[in-house]
Amino acid sequence: MITVNGLHKAFRVAKRSSGLGQAVKALFHREYKVVEALKDISFSIEPGEIVGYIGPNGAGKSTTIKVMSGILVPDSGTCSIMGYTPWEQRVSYVKHIGVVFGQRSQLWWDVPVIDSFELLRDIYNVSEQEYRSNLSLLTETLELQELLGIPVRQLSLGQRMRCEIAASLLHSPSVLFLDEPTIGLDAVSKIAVRRFIQTINAERGVTVILTTHDMSDIEALASRIILIGKGRLLHDGSLQGLRSQFGTRKTITADYRTCHRPLVIPGASMLSWSPERAQFSIDTGETVVSEVLAVLSSQVELVDVTIDAQPIDDMIVQLYKEYQLS
Amino acid sequence: MRMYWSVFKLRLYNGMQYRSAALAGVVTQFFWGFITIMVFEAFYSQALSQPPMSLPELTSYIWLKQAFLVLVMLWIRDNELSELITSGNIAYELCRPSGLYNFWYAKLLAQRLSGALLRCSPILIVSFFLPYPYRLTLPSGSIAFLLFILSLLLGLLLVTAISMLIYISVFATLSPSGSFLMFAVLGEFLSGMIVPIPLLPEWLQNIIYTLPFHFTADFPFRIYSGHIPAHEAMTGIVMQVVWLGVLLALGKWLMSRALRNVVVQGG
Repeated sequence: MITVNGLHKAFRVAKRSSGLGQAVKALFHREYKVVEALKDISFSIEPGEIVGYIGPNGAGKSTTIKVMSGILVPDSGTCSIMGYTPWEQRVSYVKHIGVVFGQRSQLWWDVPVIDSFELLRDIYNVSEQEYRSNLSLLTETLELQELLGIPVRQLSLGQRMRCEIAASLLHSPSVLFLDEPTIGLDAVSKIAVRRFIQTINAERGVTVILTTHDMSDIEALASRIILIGKGRLLHDGSLQGLRSQFGTRKTITADYRTCHRPLVIPGASMLSWSPERAQFSIDTGETVVSEVLAVLSSQVELVDVTIDAQPIDDMIVQLYKEYQLS
Repeated sequence: MRMYWSVFKLRLYNGMQYRSAALAGVVTQFFWGFITIMVFEAFYSQALSQPPMSLPELTSYIWLKQAFLVLVMLWIRDNELSELITSGNIAYELCRPSGLYNFWYAKLLAQRLSGALLRCSPILIVSFFLPYPYRLTLPSGSIAFLLFILSLLLGLLLVTAISMLIYISVFATLSPSGSFLMFAVLGEFLSGMIVPIPLLPEWLQNIIYTLPFHFTADFPFRIYSGHIPAHEAMTGIVMQVVWLGVLLALGKWLMSRALRNVVVQGG
């Protein structure tokens, strides 16, 4: 369905140091720095997949989305989506995709949401029947009934984002690109958006490519993640795979009766200590949890013990470090 | 086609929302119209030789200019479009199954029409009932009137095509005000919006007649008053169509070039 092969894109960025002297100099001679946003990116995506596209800021996520949605022309490489090359057959291609840029708006600011929807219906030439059924599905799952008659400028961010997502699905696209769809949303709106993404994926078989910095989005939605950093592809596979590769650390929190001697546990690194509570981090590949517990109970009188898997956020930080991205 | 109609409709509704702006516009245009006519009247009363345009012709010219200002003025500016470019929201416009040029052209056209619809009739009606020399005279004949309507509409298409070039230049300059200032001041003068072209020195007229700007305003207004006779108007209209073709083709070509280099930064 989607095949991306050897994508390259470099940007030329004007640069100068601060100060008047440099500013004057830049008037006559401007120096440019070439930033390679994408270096040899290749992957392929099957119909009906939900793929989380992650990476630190400036990794090239949005650049890839823009190339895949036909906005940017790459320097080299091929991309075939449903048989189209996005930047060459842009007009006929974009009928089949929906795009949400979390930081931008596609709705008309001064008119009620429904007017924007009707304009999109006419822009995409959607038949009245299809429009009706899509609109009723969208209003129901995204809870838009009360929002449709309100001018966009009066909507809150969460309300607007739900409308933005609805707007990109009115023409029943088969691929949906979501560029940070949950940015700035509260917990309730985030969950509504996630549930909705799952619904359209399950019921309509829409392929979803999603970029986000919120790892709980990825955990809730994506069975497959593609990790890029500094324009290179670093990991392509399941979240589980990533976990077993990097997520072997566990955190042990122990509460015990007051004890002023510091604890010494072989094979575990201490994260925090107080006379009543201590936290350790262990690598399950090297240390066995039961041994740590045995040593612990021999040194203090345990009241409570909790063992947590490493949060996915930490895993990503570790991963970035591993690849020296941050 | 349905798409363009829909954009047009939405713009029209949107533009008609701003009633107080329209009212303020009408008042300003009346005021400005009176002052201009008074100035010209003073000049005419002291004229040593026969001016190239009679005072009633000039008065009609000025009232039409005031009434259809939004239709033919080059500096009428759509902030939405320039914001799309500078803010990067153009990303969405590029995800639409349509050529961007046509899409924007429809938006600009609609903006001008919606503005003019509210403003032109009060000015036209009132100025018909003013005493001499401020009265707007009837068109010089029914053929002249039809030719006037036709050339005004072509002028509208032409001025929209010219303003598209300004928007396209924003891709390069990223500064709408700069682009507009440069084009608009020059364009306004060259289209006869400040001083009717027949009143300018001959060498300047010769230059202006080789450019497309005067076809947007000066030309239709002079057809109305009969200053340009019907047979000359016919050739002028043909020239309008030719210029329109040239400017549309140029705009589309420049737009496709600009889009190949467009970089939407951030986010």
